[in-house]
Amino acid sequence: MYALIDRKDVTPESVWFKIKAPEIAKTCKAGQFVILRSNEKGERIPLTIADWDHKEGWISVIFQKVGASTYELAEYQKGESLQDCVGPLGIPTHTENAGNTIVIGGGLGIAIATPVARAYKQAGNHTEVIIGARKAELVFNEEEIKDFTDELYICTDDGSAGRKGFVTEQLQEMIDSGKQIDTVFCVGPPIMMKFVAKVTEPYNIKTIASLNTIMLDGTGMCGACRLTVGGETKFACVDGPDFDAHQIEWEETMARLAAYKDEEREAMTLYKKEKECQAEKMKGDKTDN
Amino acid sequence: MIKLTTERKPRPRIIRTKLPMPTQNPEDRIDNFSEVPYGYNEAEAMLEAQRCLQCKNQPCVSGCPVEVPIRDFIALIREGKFMEAASIIKAKNSLPAVTGRVCPQELQCEAKCVMGRRYQPVAIGNLERFAADYAREEGEKIPELPKSTGKKIAVVGAGPAGLTCAGDLALLGHKVTIFEALHKPGGVLVYGIPEFRLPKDMVKYEIDYLIQLGVEVKLNFLVGKNKTVDELLDEYDAVFVGSGAGAPRLLNIPGINLVNVYSANEYLTRVNLLKGYLFPEYKTPVKRGKNVVVIGAGNVAMDSARTAKRLGADHSIIVYRRSRKECPARVEEVHHAEEEEIEFRFLTNPVRIIGDELGAVRAVECLQFELGEPDETGRAKPIPIPGSEHLIECDVVVISVGNDPNPIIPRTTPDLEISKWGTIVTDRITGKTSKERVYAGGDIATGAATVIAAMGAGKVAAKSIHKQIMGIEETEIESI
Ligand SMILES: Cc1cc2nc3c(=O)[nH]c(=O)nc-3n(C[C@H](O)[C@H](O)[C@H](O)COP(=O)(O)OP(=O)(O)OC[C@H]3O[C@@H](n4cnc5c(N)ncnc54)[C@H](O)[C@@H]3O)c2cc1C
Ligand SMILES: Cc1cc2nc3c(=O)[nH]c(=O)nc-3n(C[C@H](O)[C@H](O)[C@H](O)COP(=O)(O)OP(=O)(O)OC[C@H]3O[C@@H](n4cnc5c(N)ncnc54)[C@H](O)[C@@H]3O)c2cc1C
Ligand code: SF4
Ligand code: SF4
Ligand code: FES
Repeated sequence: MYALIDRKDVTPESVWFKIKAPEIAKTCKAGQFVILRSNEKGERIPLTIADWDHKEGWISVIFQKVGASTYELAEYQKGESLQDCVGPLGIPTHTENAGNTIVIGGGLGIAIATPVARAYKQAGNHTEVIIGARKAELVFNEEEIKDFTDELYICTDDGSAGRKGFVTEQLQEMIDSGKQIDTVFCVGPPIMMKFVAKVTEPYNIKTIASLNTIMLDGTGMCGACRLTVGGETKFACVDGPDFDAHQIEWEETMARLAAYKDEEREAMTLYKKEKECQAEKMKGDKTDN
Repeated sequence: MIKLTTERKPRPRIIRTKLPMPTQNPEDRIDNFSEVPYGYNEAEAMLEAQRCLQCKNQPCVSGCPVEVPIRDFIALIREGKFMEAASIIKAKNSLPAVTGRVCPQELQCEAKCVMGRRYQPVAIGNLERFAADYAREEGEKIPELPKSTGKKIAVVGAGPAGLTCAGDLALLGHKVTIFEALHKPGGVLVYGIPEFRLPKDMVKYEIDYLIQLGVEVKLNFLVGKNKTVDELLDEYDAVFVGSGAGAPRLLNIPGINLVNVYSANEYLTRVNLLKGYLFPEYKTPVKRGKNVVVIGAGNVAMDSARTAKRLGADHSIIVYRRSRKECPARVEEVHHAEEEEIEFRFLTNPVRIIGDELGAVRAVECLQFELGEPDETGRAKPIPIPGSEHLIECDVVVISVGNDPNPIIPRTTPDLEISKWGTIVTDRITGKTSKERVYAGGDIATGAATVIAAMGAGKVAAKSIHKQIMGIEETEIESI
């Protein structure tokens, strides 16, 4: 069992967990992830390790509530325990000699971009960060990121924070300004990463995408996480999660991410119904008293 | 001299055929995941045991990779001494409830049975299963453990190889810790082989038994990532690697990454380990295809095709390059699959998987083959018939063409000798690897094989680990 040392709601849609996991904290590096399972009936949920402390033996994750499993996970309170947590999985992000780097995080990708940006900076690279969200209240981690990187740009779809528009517009502007850019790292919705790759391709800027494919075991055993990179099949959990964004077959990757749309909807409907029943029951219990 | 006595002892009537195993009706069982054969009851077991001729030279034993004393345990079943029968099996084979169910008996013990020369062999597997089930239900006593030796051994992987090695070492008084990457111990026994063939309670029982012997099981621990083999060597006197052949082979044909194209590992893991057949109560989904094509014809393919049927497929189709004769699956599995109306397309090979506008599989394009001259393995070589391309419409495809050794340990353990197939090189007599104090066995050393072979390798390694850490002189045996 893996105890929740602390938790907080970071935005209305995302939650931060601090989990006791000394064996993971001891060896993990930026860009690696864990797979956790809240209870016996739960899905195995992959989440990037946002922060960790070797000495104190904890890791933290930040996740967005997008479906039944992540909504259920969000209900866990401080002091409760998660059934399973395995990691660190995946290959750490390669940050040595990256040069002038731009790290881009969109939506839930902000959580993943944060430790990666810190690692780029710690490896001695000039590091700038662009984060994007639908609106101001969904932006998080900006103070942290500002503290350890050289520059932070915020973009929102509705302009309620930072610039109005997509992260790609900010990126294009930076390229147009003649800035020396050696590496772009992006993480977020696949459609965003696809467009980031489109922006950088004509300039031959090395572009890394961190992929959140569907996963099961995370050890290379099932192939659920596979994708085509440069014409070859790769497993995101052991060969990635970082890949050359210009080589990824984006259409295929997006289709595979949507593989369980109907089932996800069914699970969410059931989840909501169970919540309603619980609420009804609680109301009932109260009136009984 | 001519014997004049006419009195002849009446010879017992030879029963030519195996006593059939009572099973669930095919029409009923395709709607559930409960075990298919019910197993013999006491009377049935004693009756089948009567068929054994109690051969002096017991050839059956030589067919069993771990030399279960077959003749002797059958003699005990005849006498109704079921607990004793189970106990002498367990001295050689720590998971008889499993092997009785999944061993390819027709290639092993039963292949060597004298009865099989003229009639059907004795149903050794069924009898082994009966004895093991009987003992489990009666409740087995935990054997008395010797005084602790103070030695510590790390076992990587909780599959049959690791579990066997751990159990044997615990019985010798060593402190054993098993490290398992998944959230449940059992290896293929829990994530691969379906409930209807091997109930998961049985695996749990065996693991609980090991825990009672003092074995510690650390789940969610990936050796190579949390700790390397070298780091384990700092803490433990020896390390046994039983990490299995868990890397799925895929076909090199267009469309392999379309939506709803599964590796058999993924399909079976969703259903078995994560109980996807109980979705949405259990949260992991699995696609319930109406027309499912399974490529391959081994045990894994039969398991996938029969699972598809249970998930509601109207057509569950096995596509195999060779003919029925060459199916590598256990005979019983092919038979059960046929009873369940799994459709077989022999001499058929996929060339391309075709998707719809959403990127999901719509059909498999196949080529028809005919049998040609025997190849180097003595099997007739399938030759494609020109112009025989045809489509099989389907909404789920399961690729079941084998597994490669799990690469994590080889990749993270320098100076461990690895073969060109990715297996860890071991001395088959001792289980030793090229690295001091590191042993390996099971699928990681042989490539995908069988449960009993993996257990045999776990046993061999336990013996030589014991010798090495206790400083017992070995008669120097060279590897062959
Ligand atoms: C290596 C890795 C690292 C990840 N790190 C983080 C992280 O740090 N923070 C975080 O919030 N999420 C992260 N994810 C994504 C997270 O695992 C999924 O959001 C989660 O599994 C969805 O589960 P669900 O049942 O709640 O939603 P579902 O009901 O399964 O899905 C709901 C919606 O989310 C989409 N979705 C499903 N799975 C994923 C996925 N893997 N990635 C993106 N979208 C998905 C679906 O298409 C659907 O629209 C990571 C994924 C991977 C593979
Ligand atoms: C679907 C299916 C059906 C089968 N049917 C039969 C049958 O009917 N009869 C038969 O005899 N054989 C059958 N087999 C084959 C048989 O199951 C295997 O040969 C046998 O399980 C091998 O045992 P093992 O202990 O070597 O490995 P496995 O059973 O594969 O166990 C290895 C374990 O090690 C863990 N592991 C791997 N790497 C690490 C790591 N780095 N750190 C920690 N843990 C790790 C894995 O998670 C796994 O639990 C079948 C196989 C499959 C897949
Ligand atoms: S372990 Fe397998 S091969 Fe050996 S006797 Fe039992 S069923 Fe036969
Ligand atoms: S070979 Fe067959 S008949 Fe002879 S002892 Fe073995 S099981 Fe019995
Ligand atoms: S998640 Fe199973 S192989 Fe990557």
